[in-house]
Amino acid sequence: MAKNSARDIEVTAFATHHVITQPNPLRKVLRRVEEKDMDDPVGRAEQALAGLSGEFKDWMTTEVNRLSAAYVVIRNDGFTKDRRDELFRAAHDIKGDAATFGYPAAAGIAESLCRVIEHAPDIEKVPAELFTHHINAILAIVHENTKLDSISVSAELSRRLRKVADDYLTHVNRDRPEHLEMILAPSIVPTQ
Amino acid sequence: MFRIDFNKLRFLVCDDNPHMRRILRTLLHSFGAREVYEAEDGATALEMYSHYVPDIVITDWAMPIFDGLELAQMIRQPESKGNPYAPIIMLTGHSEKRRVTIARDAGVTEFLAKPISAKGLYQRILNVVANPRPFIKTKTYFGPDRRRNTNSAYMGPERRVGEKHEVLQQPSLLDKARSSI
Repeated sequence: MAKNSARDIEVTAFATHHVITQPNPLRKVLRRVEEKDMDDPVGRAEQALAGLSGEFKDWMTTEVNRLSAAYVVIRNDGFTKDRRDELFRAAHDIKGDAATFGYPAAAGIAESLCRVIEHAPDIEKVPAELFTHHINAILAIVHENTKLDSISVSAELSRRLRKVADDYLTHVNRDRPEHLEMILAPSIVPTQ
Repeated sequence: MFRIDFNKLRFLVCDDNPHMRRILRTLLHSFGAREVYEAEDGATALEMYSHYVPDIVITDWAMPIFDGLELAQMIRQPESKGNPYAPIIMLTGHSEKRRVTIARDAGVTEFLAKPISAKGLYQRILNVVANPRPFIKTKTYFGPDRRRNTNSAYMGPERRVGEKHEVLQQPSLLDKARSSI
């Protein structure tokens, strides 16, 4: 459905570019409805998502175990590009998923860990404690969520780890202005 | 007011994380979609893109083999036999402004930073369905118009030249295509 035939496509040439226009190939899926239409696809989807929430704890456990395993390999055998990439992807997935799964502080710590992996000029020189503190904090939040004084303690832990990581990154990137700019740039996602 | 008939849309979801794929599938089915195809890496997604010809692609960025950015670049090949115009929504844990710019310059239509929400996803889909932008082809870019707003006063280094009063006559891509047949 999404593709128009070639004769529907108009190409206008300019000095440095072409502008290509075509009838909206998806127009047929738009349907005008009355203002009083009660259908609520977003509400329906939110309900469906809530229906999955019983599985979130298990999913989160899988994610943190993957992160932990990725670091164990590095701790035992050292960094390679593939191991670094796997550690980054595991942390990055937690950064993206954890808030949806109900662990926003874990998402914040995973983000901090991603920044360390991404912006450290030499990852082998990053103090091991910086990795272990981040990973252990995420493990604690997920495995002992009910024991921790939940939100306030987790959020404070996340805030402090982020500060330690940022101080480290600012120091080691003091001669790399392009990285400093990225480290100090605000996120486009509002803080939890 | 407009609604989308999701049951007429075909989606391709590409994410290496099975949990995120499950969430996306759940959300899309709840919106009313029936056809949701899933790939766990960019290479598989590209194959499925050619085979199933989806209306909308939703892709993660960070993936093994080749990532969502490379997938977008491969789809946005103006000379390809497939459809280079399908809307691409990048759903990613990256949340830095420079990443949005990189994704935009790879031809991504919409950017949605995780954590995902039903509302955020619905709005991006509504936008690509109801407000498609023209495509622009330059020496270095092919994809949806990166300008969301018209600013005639813009004089920056990436300003396009040759608008209306400066038009130079060049054969259009279509004419070139016709003449090569």
